[in-house]
Amino acid sequence: MTNGWCDIANTDVVLVMGGNPAENHPVGFRFVMEAKRKRKAKLICVDPRFNRTAAVSDSYVPLRAGTDIAFLGGLIHYTLENNLHHEDYVKAHTNAAFLLRDDYGFEAGHFTGWNGEKKLYDKTSWQYDLDGSGFAKVDETLQNPRSVFQAMKRHYARYTPEKVAEICGCTSEEFTGAAKVICSTGRAGKVGTILYALGWTHHSHSVQLIHTAAMLQLLLGNIGLPGGGVNAQRGHANIQGSTDMGAWNMLPGYLRLPRANHQSLEEYLKATTPKPLRPNSMNYWGNTPKFATSLLKAYYGPEAKKENGFGFHNLPKLGESENQSWGFFFDRMHRKEMQGFISFGMNPVANGPNTEKMLEALAQLEWLVVVENFETETASFWNAKKLGDKFYPKFVDAAAIKTEVLLLPAACFAEKDGAFVNSSRWLQWKKAAVPPPGLAKTDNEIIGRLFTAVRALYEKEGGKGAETLKAMQWNYAKPEAPALDEVAREVNGRDHTTNEQLAGFAALKDDGTTSCGNWIYSGSWTQAGNQMARRGQEDPTGLGLYPNYAWSWPANRRILYNRAAADSDGKPWSASHATIKWDGARWTGDTPDYKGDAKPDQYGAFIMLPEGVAKFFTADLAEGPFPEHYEPAESPVANALHPSVSFNPVAPVMHSSADTLGDAAKFPYVAITYRLTEHFHFWTKHVASGTQLQSNFFIELPAALAREKGIKGGDNVRVTSARGSVEGPALVTERMRPLKVSGKTVYHVGIPIHWGYIGRVRGPLVNNLTPSVFDPNSGTPEYKGFLVNVEKMA
Amino acid sequence: MTTVAKLIDTTLCIGCKACEVACQEWNEQEFTLGVFANTYQTLPDLAPNFWNLIKFNEEYKDGAQAWLMAKYQCMHCAEPGCLKACPSPGAIVQLPNGIVDFHQDNCIGCGYCITGCPFDVPRLSPTTKKVYKCSLCSDRVGAGLTPACIRTCPTNCLTFGARADLVQIANQRAVELKADGHKDAGVYDGPGVGGTNVIYVLKHASTPESYGLPKDPTIPWTVALWKGPLKWVANAAFIGTAVGAMLHYLKFGPKEVHGDKAD
Repeated sequence: MTNGWCDIANTDVVLVMGGNPAENHPVGFRFVMEAKRKRKAKLICVDPRFNRTAAVSDSYVPLRAGTDIAFLGGLIHYTLENNLHHEDYVKAHTNAAFLLRDDYGFEAGHFTGWNGEKKLYDKTSWQYDLDGSGFAKVDETLQNPRSVFQAMKRHYARYTPEKVAEICGCTSEEFTGAAKVICSTGRAGKVGTILYALGWTHHSHSVQLIHTAAMLQLLLGNIGLPGGGVNAQRGHANIQGSTDMGAWNMLPGYLRLPRANHQSLEEYLKATTPKPLRPNSMNYWGNTPKFATSLLKAYYGPEAKKENGFGFHNLPKLGESENQSWGFFFDRMHRKEMQGFISFGMNPVANGPNTEKMLEALAQLEWLVVVENFETETASFWNAKKLGDKFYPKFVDAAAIKTEVLLLPAACFAEKDGAFVNSSRWLQWKKAAVPPPGLAKTDNEIIGRLFTAVRALYEKEGGKGAETLKAMQWNYAKPEAPALDEVAREVNGRDHTTNEQLAGFAALKDDGTTSCGNWIYSGSWTQAGNQMARRGQEDPTGLGLYPNYAWSWPANRRILYNRAAADSDGKPWSASHATIKWDGARWTGDTPDYKGDAKPDQYGAFIMLPEGVAKFFTADLAEGPFPEHYEPAESPVANALHPSVSFNPVAPVMHSSADTLGDAAKFPYVAITYRLTEHFHFWTKHVASGTQLQSNFFIELPAALAREKGIKGGDNVRVTSARGSVEGPALVTERMRPLKVSGKTVYHVGIPIHWGYIGRVRGPLVNNLTPSVFDPNSGTPEYKGFLVNVEKMA
Repeated sequence: MTTVAKLIDTTLCIGCKACEVACQEWNEQEFTLGVFANTYQTLPDLAPNFWNLIKFNEEYKDGAQAWLMAKYQCMHCAEPGCLKACPSPGAIVQLPNGIVDFHQDNCIGCGYCITGCPFDVPRLSPTTKKVYKCSLCSDRVGAGLTPACIRTCPTNCLTFGARADLVQIANQRAVELKADGHKDAGVYDGPGVGGTNVIYVLKHASTPESYGLPKDPTIPWTVALWKGPLKWVANAAFIGTAVGAMLHYLKFGPKEVHGDKAD
């Protein structure tokens, strides 16, 4: 989240889209209800289903799965067309005034630079028009046709309410009704927030989708303000922490993974440290050398010296254009290019796309280690043919599988200390409530034992890469079970000249005198102790920032980009939403997202970006500098904007023997998958209370479709995709309205996740159906908006 | 003693069922498995081992969609029909704080309370032959705690407190909702039973049945008669029973009574 849960209470308009917080974040949803009650905030829910959030919303707009960019692009168009944007904000804090190169353009679904042969973009034409010193040229009037502002206006001119209706399936009146409310926040004194979750990330264009949301919020001047922002509701208690710590294709603190062409630390830093694009850009990522050097120092300790590039040579490197995200490495596993796999707190058979492919991939391994609280579908994948009933017809019998599977029982969250990082970016330290049962061990002990055992083996027997393991610093009181407070101190970082804990990332150095395991967490365990364990409930601003409760990254800042909540003179846009203000000498309020004593006009408000301002237009993403509506990989209709380029041209689609795509002739209905409030992913099927509340797998069908097919509520139906099938009773409902899309009636089929072939309650795995199609930037699979057929079972 | 009550502001209910789990856990009920019935509702109805049920009611009229969720449980009436109907002294008691509590030790399983209840709440267990329902966590309230369902509600849809205060809050909320354009908003406070200690705020107050609440809850006339004009008949029957018991004593000797509940 740019903001945080408590902050939602400060808003005037809540747009919930690509999420269903009343169901999936019921505790955080109290702040939405508080805003509704206390501020008369309006709640707008946009979703294919009239869900539990819609039930308490002020207005609901249906839309077809996978068309969110069209809807948001329509809102951008509506804002610009009706002059509803916050003009002063846009001028002060965005790249609207930046000039583009004259060879930039967009035509019939492709941006300039498209290479049809390589299926890649050459991004040269997506750069700014630079002056002699490498700074972007600007036109403060925003009138230059080559300005980002004018280019954006042109790009979204196609997204009229009628076009939105044609693509999304709502009526144009429903769209403009919602647009009126959402776009009413583009003036000082009124602010709106956007809440989203996996309904936005599970697409082949998910990062661009969230970019569109950010653009809308920037146009309306809602970024950086209390009650504003673009707020991702994370789905696991600590998924934010795992992202921050680099568990997903990153080094900790969002440092990029080194690649084969970065053979030295210098080369790596040169490639990953951005240069400022405007004279007043603070360009805080310019400190990358300090973050990276301190990280290496934390990894390699005394072995990290200036003369050996602080041990950079020990880091594994990715190939120059290699992708090791989920879809790619499972594809590799499926091709038998991997020998072993450690599945740690992860159940790929249940949560990966195309279950049968997951099973086939795991069967290629020599060994599989599963670390889990329960026996999962992954741990028992070898028995899927038997346990999985008829759903895996091509999968082999247990006897034919050679994979050795080791299931290590792990402690659950209540059985270990450590910090959870929630959606608000709060690091909250907790204590173990009870010891782990039986042979179960904490994650840190499992990793500690693995590490020390593997290192001992290498020391005894030698082998490839032994020196990188030896170089790793492992300075814990009990090496086979590092205590989490030891690790947390190490993550915060230390000054080795004073031997004191660092106060924050501003103290980091690139000369090897500081170590830090994750620069954005620096300040969480200072010389004053564990800041994450704080439970102070003071609220001096009255905005629900609670600065003494837990600790928020970065620098205990509760609202990101808060400098943008004030104008060029440092005066808050509105007194009611003043998170920080300039008192003539200092910034007061929340921790400023700015230099604490720097004058308001000294730097751009977005200090992390080379531009110094927020970006409508960016060359950072794979498929284009502006978000564009592309259909899902499987769609019932061709793209109404450019039928010849219907699908995202750079989205990865896997082509293994297990991967196929279907078409609307055979699979006419749009399927979506989701979680129910009664459950927590695939875990709670082992828990008595959750399974009572919603015991049975079911398939939600629109009443009109059910009538067409003669299906009554409770009748058993089979849903089939090009990959597989699921079977279960139909829940027939009016809550999923048939939609008119490009003149055609489109039905959704809703399938909740939770069940599987192991647990207290059992049922088919939804991912039997889903395709191996991914977002090109994040590698997230397309679980929303794939095609299926539905038939009544005898 | 202050009369306590529970306020259910249905406009804030998100159907998360946390109250259902809290009720089951606090009352140490067994977690059974549900049967699919084309709804998100946990069970089709209240059960002897399930006293707190959120009812999910879908409405689709003239293109307007509603999905109404309202928690259903004992209403703790000021004039409890169950208590009026109950022939077994001490099986149903109305505590000084207004809570209507069932004491299964004294319950004879006749089921008259079920007939007497205008809200169709008590449920007879086929295994124990006793009747069960929500106690408004009389044990927790007696110890100064909030009822389990209210303690767990994430959206503050549920509030516990003095009935007089809650009635005021409910009325105020209805005024707010009306001002927000919900012309039909209002308070549901057990008309026909002298008020209830469970009070609802509804957006559609003129049609409580769309939330699964009875429109005109009244105690059946048979039950009203039972403890009203016909009370003497009951008394006569009671005297008859007493005479019978005396004869039984004379013939077979005293019945052994265990514990301290002998009267």
